[in-house]
This record gives sequence, C-alpha cells and structure tokens, in this order.
Amino acid sequence: MADVSKLIPGQKVLLQGNEAIARGALEAGVALAAAYPGNPSSEILQTLADSAHSAGIYVEWSTNEKVALESAAAASYAGLRGMASMKQNGVNVAQDFICNLTISGTQGGIVLVTCDDPSGVSSTNEEDARFIARVACLPLLEPATPAECLSMMKLAFELSEQIGNLVVLRGLARLSHTRAGVVPGPLPESKRRPRWDPSQRWFTIPVVPRHQAMLDKLAKAGEIMGAAGVNYYDGPQRPELLVVASGSSRLYADEARRMLEAGERVGILHLGATWPLDQELILEHLARADKILFAEEVDPHLEGGVKSIYAQHVRELGIKDFFGQDTGHKPPVGELSPSRVAAALADILGLPWQEVDPAYQEKAQVAQALVAPRQVGFCPGCPHRASYWSMKQVLAADGREGIVSGDIGCYTLGVLPTGYQRVNAVHCMGSGPGIASGLGKLRDQGFGQPVISVVGDSTFFHAALPALVNARWNNSDYVLVVLDNSATAMTGFQPHPGTGATAMGQAGTVVDVEQVCAGLGLPYAVVDPYDLEATQEALYDALQIGGGLRVLIFRRLCALVQNKQGGHPWSISVDPELCRGEDCGCHRFCTRVFRCPGLVFDEATGKATVDEVVCVGCGVCAQICPAGAIKARPKEATA
Amino acid sequence: MKALKYDPLDIVVTGVGGQGNVLASQVLGRALLDAGYQVTVGETYGLSQRGGSVMSQVRVSSGPVLGPMMPDHRATAIISLEPLEALRLVGTYGHPGVVVLTNDRPLRPQGVLAGEQAYPEPQELRATLEGLCAKLYWLPATAAALKLGNHILANVVLLGALCALDLLPIGAEQVEAALAAMFPEDKMAPNREALAKGLALVREV
Repeated sequence: MADVSKLIPGQKVLLQGNEAIARGALEAGVALAAAYPGNPSSEILQTLADSAHSAGIYVEWSTNEKVALESAAAASYAGLRGMASMKQNGVNVAQDFICNLTISGTQGGIVLVTCDDPSGVSSTNEEDARFIARVACLPLLEPATPAECLSMMKLAFELSEQIGNLVVLRGLARLSHTRAGVVPGPLPESKRRPRWDPSQRWFTIPVVPRHQAMLDKLAKAGEIMGAAGVNYYDGPQRPELLVVASGSSRLYADEARRMLEAGERVGILHLGATWPLDQELILEHLARADKILFAEEVDPHLEGGVKSIYAQHVRELGIKDFFGQDTGHKPPVGELSPSRVAAALADILGLPWQEVDPAYQEKAQVAQALVAPRQVGFCPGCPHRASYWSMKQVLAADGREGIVSGDIGCYTLGVLPTGYQRVNAVHCMGSGPGIASGLGKLRDQGFGQPVISVVGDSTFFHAALPALVNARWNNSDYVLVVLDNSATAMTGFQPHPGTGATAMGQAGTVVDVEQVCAGLGLPYAVVDPYDLEATQEALYDALQIGGGLRVLIFRRLCALVQNKQGGHPWSISVDPELCRGEDCGCHRFCTRVFRCPGLVFDEATGKATVDEVVCVGCGVCAQICPAGAIKARPKEATA
Repeated sequence: MKALKYDPLDIVVTGVGGQGNVLASQVLGRALLDAGYQVTVGETYGLSQRGGSVMSQVRVSSGPVLGPMMPDHRATAIISLEPLEALRLVGTYGHPGVVVLTNDRPLRPQGVLAGEQAYPEPQELRATLEGLCAKLYWLPATAAALKLGNHILANVVLLGALCALDLLPIGAEQVEAALAAMFPEDKMAPNREALAKGLALVREV
C-alpha cells in the first residue's frame, strides 16, 4: 500500500476506502494502530504500517482482533489515540473485551473499525457487525464514500475523547475497496507524550452505576454526532416517499431516484450516525412523508430503530406505511444494489421500471447457458492442493472413514473440488482443533473414525492454541496438521508470529510452531507437502499411532510468495506418447481428479498438456501421473 | 474538461483473478480523476487470486458522486481479460448499446478443465457476444502481451485498445501518465509498448 502520510493536504487524490480510513486516522493523530488481517479490512493496517515510519507511530499486526483492541486501549489509557481494525468476524473475537471496555471507559480517543462483508465475498458469513453498537452501547458511524471514511475517522476520535468511550466506524466491502477522489487535510503538528496517571483506574465495578454512566455517554454522543452534520436530508419539502439510508445504500438510493426521475417525489434521509439514532431528526422527517423505505445492508438496524421511535410517537405522527425487510423491499440476505433499490422505489411509487428491453434480457439469459461457473480453487502450485491430495490418499488407504476438521484461511477451500472436498466442517478461526478435540474424546463411546484437524500457520497463533492445550490436557486423540505456508496468504501475505517479521518491517522474534509443540509436550514432525510420498507416509503413520494429540507440520512456502521470490524450479511437460489420455485412472486422471489449472486436456489430441501461462512449475503433478508421462525438468536445463 | 459523451460513463473491467484487472481499473480511474472528472472505482475481490471471476467498475460523471456498484444493464463498455467473463457480465450489465472489448484468450474454469463443463467454441462465443452488443472488439491481447515478453501485460494492451475508441474523454497519453505515476521508470518501457500495441490492434480491426 502507499505511504498516505506523504499526501499533500488540499490536493485531491484517488484513494481506496481503506486507505482513506488510514489517512483519517493519521490526521486524527493516531499513535497506535493494531489489527489481525481479514478481508475486506486488511488494507487499513497495511496502509498505516507503510506510513508508520514517516508518521512516527506504532503499527502492529496482532495475533488476533481481541489483542489488537486491547493494545489500542493501552494507548488510550496512556492518553494517546489508538485504533483497531477488523472484519466483522473479528468483532466477535473482540466482543468480550468490548463489552467490558465500554463500562470501564477510555481516556485518549479510541476507534474500532469493522469492515462488514455483505454477500460474504471474502468471508464465511455476512454478519452485520452493527449489533455491537447496540450490545455495547457504542456510538456508530457509517461512511458512504472514501471522503467520508476520512472525515468520519477524525470525528470518531474526537467523539471518543469527548465521551470517554470507544467509537465504532462501520465500513462495507464495497466501500473498503472503492477508490474515489479524496482531499486530505493536514496532519497534526505535535505529538502527545504517553503517560498513565497512576491515580486513574479502569474497571467495571460497581456495575450498575457504571452501566448508567455508559448510557449517559451514549446520549451525549448522540448530541455531538447530531451537531456534526453527518446526518442530512436531501429532497423535496413534502416527499411522497422518504428513504432512510446509511452507508453505500445512500448512494444506491440516490442513483435509483435519478434513474426513475423521481426527484420530486422521493427524499433521502442520509444517516452517517446510526447509533444512537437521532430521535429528533427522525421524528422531524417522519412528519414529512407518509411512506418510508429503508435502504441498508444487511440487518434491519435502521428499520427496527426508526419503527421503535415511531411507535412511541404514533399519536402525533398518524398512520404511516413502512417498506423494508418486513415487506420484501429490502432483501434480508446479500447486498443491496442501485437496481434493487430502484425496483423497490418503482413498486412503492407505482412507476414503470424496466432495466433493459425484455427481448434483449431473454437473449442474454439464454446465452448464459454457455457460461460455465468459475469456482474458486487453489492456485497453480499451491501447497494446499498437494496437502489435501495426500490426505485424500491416506484417508482412503486407512479406510476408517476419516474426518477432516477445517479452519479459516486459503485452505478453507478444501471444502471445494480442488481440495477434493476433503474438509468436513469449517466455522471460525480456531474452531477446527476444538471440534477435533471433542471428537477425539468420543473413543470410549465407540467413535472409531480417525480425525485430522487442519490449521494454517497464522490461524495456529490466532485461536488454535487454547484448543490444543485443551486436547493435550484432556488427552484427546487426533492428528493436527499445520498447513504452514509461512504467510497469512488469503488476506495478502501479512507476517505472523511464525515468520518473525512485523507489520512495520522490523525483525520481531520468531515464535515457531515446533517450539510451541515441544513446550506443550506434543510429538511433532515436519514434512514438505510437495514430497507426496514422504507426506503420505508420515500422515498414515500418525493416524495409526492413536492415543493423544500429535502434530504434523506441512511446511512449504505459499506458491504466490514463491513466484515473487524467484519462482519454482521445474519446467513441466507431458509426453504425449506416454499419456494414457481418456483411459487414464478411469478417465483423465490428472485433469479430472488432480485438478491443477496448469494441466489442460487437449480434446483434439486426446492427451493432457500443460498451459504455460498458468503452470508455475511446482512439480507435484509429475508425482501423480500413473504413466510417468508428466515430466518435470529443471528450468535451467530447458531454457 | 471535455464533456462526457456518456454521463455517467460506466466501464466494467473483468477477468480472472491474477490477470491485473484491479490494476487496469486503478490506472483508468487515476487518469480520469487527474483529468478532473468525478470518479468512483468499485473493486470486487477477496478470493481474487484463487481462480475466481473478478470485476471492477470504473464510474465517471461530471456531477454527482456515484456509488461503487453500477445499475444492472447500464454499462457503457465491458472490457474483459477473458472472453467467457465478457459473456458472463453481458448477462448482468449488457444492453443493445454496450461496447465489448475482450481478450480472445480463454482461461478455462476448473470445471471445464476437469471435463465436467464445456467451454464454448471460440466462434460460438464470439458470435454470441456480437449478438448482444453494439460493437465487439475481439482482440488477441494475451498473444500481443506474450510478444512483448509477459502475458500479464494483456491488461495494458486492452487499456490501449480502449483509448482507440471514442468513449473516454481522455487520450492514451493521459493513461500513460497514470501508469507512469504507478510504475518505476524502468518498468515503463513494456507498458508503453503494450498501450501502443492495444491502440494498433483496434485500428487494425
């Protein structure tokens, strides 16, 4: 990412939403920023890390989101400004701390950024993390554009310091990864000196009066946000329909109104501050219109809140019609779009709405029959493909219906065909070894299936450790396979404790998986997943031992990282004389079963070939070809 | 500032993860922003390097700030680094007036490689696309990029091709300036060649 501390104040630049959040934090004088990588939030911390040296701040990839927020709170208690950024799942990880921090309160400004992922483009769920604002009584800001990302970050820090509590800023995947013009402001000229006044103590008891104080802070936050100009109305004096919207949905509503040429009939109440809701403002605008539509993603947060305010004032407001999730005008799942909002507006206003000529639409739909889906899978050369190949072979050879308990990372794709659908369950960070731990304790009741838990090297440190200690303590019977590709690959190759590198590019201390295993007293071995025979032998043996937790570390650098570090050693080709073509392994063994995208079946010749644009030269396929037709030769020799 | 022929000007840039789709849209966005237009570039990625379809939307207007997602069936142009992806997105963003520029080099989805699904014959794919747009530019961008030394340059070849059409309010020089602001000078020579090659490809059509 770019060093955003070098941007020139007043000069408009194209910034990604996440970069704008980072720049806003710098302009607000953030001193400590921490995060665990998670798309769509990852670029925020990466941008801050790349700006840290010139800005003179501390930026850290933490082991998980809870630790990240605790580090940010430390800065706050030392009188500095701190922040933690995360994806929606991370809010769950940090939630226990959040729900106590909000009672104890804070000193220096502290902001939690959550980047939600409606439609789950890069997530295992599409949770709406705005729930945390309600649960923990925290002020919530929702920007709609990169420019607002910047300005609302500054507001969030100011607000936090004024009320003495955490402030939440909610982004969305679309916004995080949107680039638009942003005009940066100045960076602060002076820095604060960190000091924790020893007379100040931060804790949550007595609970009831502190709970009351927390509510008072929220009310005060509402007043400050109301005066900050982040909520505004745009439309006619007496609109027929009022759209209450937040985040990207504000822009979708605006565009839908333009497309339908309904500017005279539709008003939009733009809400940048969405918790607490500004009751006075909402009452004022409910009085303007008799029909109200909600535009937001994913949960009916505004819909529920506004209806609740309406219920208290129904006598003065009279009968209103509300449209939203409850009426099917806003989808309960997936993201919103300008077209979806337009369809809702057209339906409510009785306007004709046709996206495109129906004859064209039908023709285009028919043509879609030609378009094969493009399912995601492991990259060419990915060590995970080789690892799952070995698990597939070994579990078949073992024959006891082995179960693979999955986890979060690139290797989650083990549920899909390029991982041979070998993974039986995936939930959240660290849940794989926990489930395996439970399974491994059902032996006495007759559970005879072998159990493998797969975790990535970054996940190992994030949340797997407590489950491993649990399994060791209780003598649970399973094999932990650490898929160590020396990177947090799914989110952009961030370093983690096992790599020893830090966010700011300095050398940290390597915390290696072997030492952790040794410390826990766990038997372990390291194998190279590219070496299929050795890997399968080690895994087969480990499954036969039984009796307790044992660890295999499958270590091989992420293929994408290897591509950037000089590439792979092999030049792959298929000898058409030896290739068995259609008849191989029941039918096209390498392309149909092994499924590396570097291998292509040439229908014309009836033989497999290598796609030179796709193949990286890892050499694994040469080991699986039953005819020995796939040849791996050193690249130098063929060049 | 030149008036926009289409306002909003909505360009979809698509392809398969790893083909340089995000970079192409970023270059275009930057060039248009520097020329004074209101620009929003929406990017869809996450599993982008894992063989999935990826799409960016470059949205340009002279007036209001646009959201990161364009309405369905309203694209001015669809630029695709892979021909099947062009047809996929015509289904969502196409209309009789859309202009489609696509690389002719197929990247077969894994289901096709595995023999479970079919990839259309090039002639059928081309004819189908032609029947769903106002003008199709079916360009050998990967072949041209390979001649320049690296298949990854196909994205810049297509940007060059786009500059040869009468859609953008800016010229190839401005796109080149945006590239130069993002690449070190020693990497610029192949990028300049790729832009020029793209322009030439369209002029040959």
